[in-house]
Amino acid sequence: MSSATTEAGVGGIRRSRRRMLFEDERWLAMALLSPTILLLGLFIAYPFVTGVMLSLSNARVGVPGEFVGFANFARLWNDPIFAKAVGNTFIYTAVTTVFKLALGLWLAVLLNRHFRGKALVRAFILLPFIIPTVLSTFAWKWMFDPTFSVLNWTFRTLGLIDTRINWLGDPDLAMLSVMIVNIWRGVPFYAISLLAGLQTISPDLHEAAAIDGARPWSRFWHITWPLLLPVTMVVVLFSVIQTFADFQLVYVLTAGGPANATHLFATYAYQVAIGTGLLSEGAAISLAMFPVLFLVVIIQLLYIRRVETR
Amino acid sequence: MIEGPLWRKWLFVNIPIILFVFVLLFPFYWMIITTVRPDSELYRPWNAPNYNPFWTWRPTLEHIQYLLEETLFSTWMLNTMLIAGISTIISVICGVFAGYALARLNFPYAAGIGTGIFVTYLVPQTLLFIPLSDIIRNFSLGDTPWALILTYPTFLIPFCTWLMMGYFKAIPKELEECARIDGASRFKAMLYIILPIAVPGILSAGIFAFTLSWNEFIYALVFLSSPEQKTVPVGVTSELIRGDVFFWGPLMAGALLGSIPVALVYSFFVEHYVAGMTGSVKG
Amino acid sequence: MAQVLIQSLNKKFDEVHVVKDVNLEIRDKEFMVFVGPSGCGKTTTLRMIAGLESITSGQVMIGDTVVNTLPPMDRDIAMVFQNYALYPHMTVYDNMAFGLKMRKFAKDDIRRRVQDAADILDIRDYLHRKPRQLSGGQRQRVALGRAIVRHPRVFLFDEPLSNLDAKLRVQMRIELRKLHERLGTTAVYVTHDQVEAMTLGDRVVVMRDGRVQQVGEPLELYYQPANRFVAGFLGSPAMNFATVRIEADPGGGFVAANEGLRLTVPPRLTDRVGPYAGRELTLGIRPEDLHIADASDPPDLVFDAVVEVIERLGSEALLVMRVGKDAMVASVEPTVPARMRDRLRIAINPERLHAFDMETGAAV
Repeated sequence: MSSATTEAGVGGIRRSRRRMLFEDERWLAMALLSPTILLLGLFIAYPFVTGVMLSLSNARVGVPGEFVGFANFARLWNDPIFAKAVGNTFIYTAVTTVFKLALGLWLAVLLNRHFRGKALVRAFILLPFIIPTVLSTFAWKWMFDPTFSVLNWTFRTLGLIDTRINWLGDPDLAMLSVMIVNIWRGVPFYAISLLAGLQTISPDLHEAAAIDGARPWSRFWHITWPLLLPVTMVVVLFSVIQTFADFQLVYVLTAGGPANATHLFATYAYQVAIGTGLLSEGAAISLAMFPVLFLVVIIQLLYIRRVETR
Repeated sequence: MIEGPLWRKWLFVNIPIILFVFVLLFPFYWMIITTVRPDSELYRPWNAPNYNPFWTWRPTLEHIQYLLEETLFSTWMLNTMLIAGISTIISVICGVFAGYALARLNFPYAAGIGTGIFVTYLVPQTLLFIPLSDIIRNFSLGDTPWALILTYPTFLIPFCTWLMMGYFKAIPKELEECARIDGASRFKAMLYIILPIAVPGILSAGIFAFTLSWNEFIYALVFLSSPEQKTVPVGVTSELIRGDVFFWGPLMAGALLGSIPVALVYSFFVEHYVAGMTGSVKG
Repeated sequence: MAQVLIQSLNKKFDEVHVVKDVNLEIRDKEFMVFVGPSGCGKTTTLRMIAGLESITSGQVMIGDTVVNTLPPMDRDIAMVFQNYALYPHMTVYDNMAFGLKMRKFAKDDIRRRVQDAADILDIRDYLHRKPRQLSGGQRQRVALGRAIVRHPRVFLFDEPLSNLDAKLRVQMRIELRKLHERLGTTAVYVTHDQVEAMTLGDRVVVMRDGRVQQVGEPLELYYQPANRFVAGFLGSPAMNFATVRIEADPGGGFVAANEGLRLTVPPRLTDRVGPYAGRELTLGIRPEDLHIADASDPPDLVFDAVVEVIERLGSEALLVMRVGKDAMVASVEPTVPARMRDRLRIAINPERLHAFDMETGAAV
């Protein structure tokens, strides 16, 4: 017994330097974090700084450019298309968020009930969220086709219309169409996330409230909603960021058209920077999103901290 | 729960669910039916008489055949698979390491680094794609898979880190303390004890990361230019359209086939996927 | 096998000072129990011996090595945790073999040692099960088995029995004691349960607020508590305390009195109580050292009490009584004819009377 013990003890003393270094948790932590910090530094922090520099220069594709101060931002201030894109982005974010939340919550409450085939329904419902956005958006673009729209065919067959709806060709309708697709894609995410939140609420609470005489609607309002609020907050803030910075939907459906009526920050930045090669101005456009995103992130951080310290 | 009469259940539960499912899934049905429908049926104006757009009696594989033989679609599939696969592996490894460090180790600036990683989680790709395209060019990575393999982890790692951190925190600390007393170094305790227990979390992170990278669009659009380098979303968008003419049959076939790998991965790991998605929200 | 030497050990978490200047010698083959209320620093001390917690100042020696900076893997110790900490993804066999594999023991050696340990603990039949398929008691045995296969120099136990139900706890306590007799390995055992402390320990350390209150053999602590805290912490039901005033008796000696009682200080304590004449101090007497007075009891060791509650436990009866302003408990014959609200004459055993300083709590 004791011979084996001393063996182990002697082996223990002869540890290599490197191994002993990683027994110190500070060194181990640094080693474990270094690949992450390297990648995030190289491809997030560094481009952010470059982006700021770029937006303050007059660089174009292939031309390094010089420092021009806030000239790009001044030009944007007077650019009617930029103004339109800003307006569009806010409306787009606000309208779709309201609908996604309302429909998502409704769907989550429905899914929280017992019915046959629930697991299957839940699995299928997430498809719009997991299928690559660009690909499913093409299906919508085909459904919105000016000549061959299946939606128009259906409405006409039902006797609802007799002139075609030009879903993507009419400036106002185009914005609406884009929003519809965004809501379609976002509702499953809201529903499943909120469902996860709902499932953490003990059914006992509902039964207790029911015994106390609360009607279904007031049970929802006084019990479900307040308890669901933390999850809802995080889902909404997360989705607001994604929606505000959206690109794919608009790029595929309208590419910002017709007549620049549906541009968002990102699509306009893409058109200016990649389409026309004005890198600096494009960088300025996408950086213009930053204050709003920053605000949302701050709210989120404060909110998370508050929830954690409770 | 308290059950009301049957008609109420139909009106307030079953019918709304059926409507939701119908609306959410119809575009996919439309994708499938378009894929197998011959061109002669496809292009009938919306007000054509005697025409049922929802079904075909003459299914065809000509669009899929065209897609696979006349376009680079299979190359795009391989590219996407490779890029999504490698960037997922990189991200999961980085995320597991970083998540472990943040959840378990005490070190200076831990809170700051944690917040920093969380904040990058919220940085959308569209904020940085222009300067990043410049950097990619300067690193001579433009038009190579490495442009995406190295940049996709920027939005995958924060997510994986966040998810794994939550997962590790739920594993009792005593397990690794016991392993360390049993003679394991800190690193071995993580490798042999904590990681095997965290496999479900690692799967969730990996699956979610894989679908996210398959879905990514703007970096692939901006960083890649030659047709044979493209990923599925970008290839379908830019190469299946000639000027203003949309070839809807092959397009829908491309959308359908391009979705299949993700749908397959999803169908095998629904629970892990949902855990990953909701975990990313709950934090 | 080894002794553990702790010298001027301190631990601060940021500004919170949880272990204060602990000095202790744990002898080779000794079973040392740390006991105290939660937050007293006993677990932190144990974790510093294990190497799981860094040492703020002072030193820990195992055998004749200073282990302050040695990582846990190199200390050649084994630890049993409160929640067992069995590796859920490994079978019982692999759980027990893990430490040996980490130390690169030969395969045959590992098999032999695991089998031996399994025989000792009677868990041979479960070797190929996963921890989740075991009951609480079986898990506890596996955790013990994992500790003993390595023949470490020191066993550390962190409240290992507190997750078991009462009956199993008693059974495991006895087995732990037997195991220690058999293996003779130095053991450090942390618990908040004074019964475990009294029954398991060769010696017991009572801690409070990060400081060692007293170290000694169980009965030594019970009969000669160093201070009021130790006196009150050990023993169930707890010792009775009463604040009294010391007065010089005209007939020689001293009298301790308050509203409810008036006792002559036994000659044994006279010398030490003397300096307190005219001041207050705390008297302590254990419930079993009180009895219902009869003719043979000297009247100056008897007082009046009103019974408030009677708890008949079968082996004894506990009288919860009011004596002046104080509550006291007496442990008496189970058949005692007393009833609630009865007024009784209670006598004390003068040999077992304790006195404590009011301010420091130290035994007088």
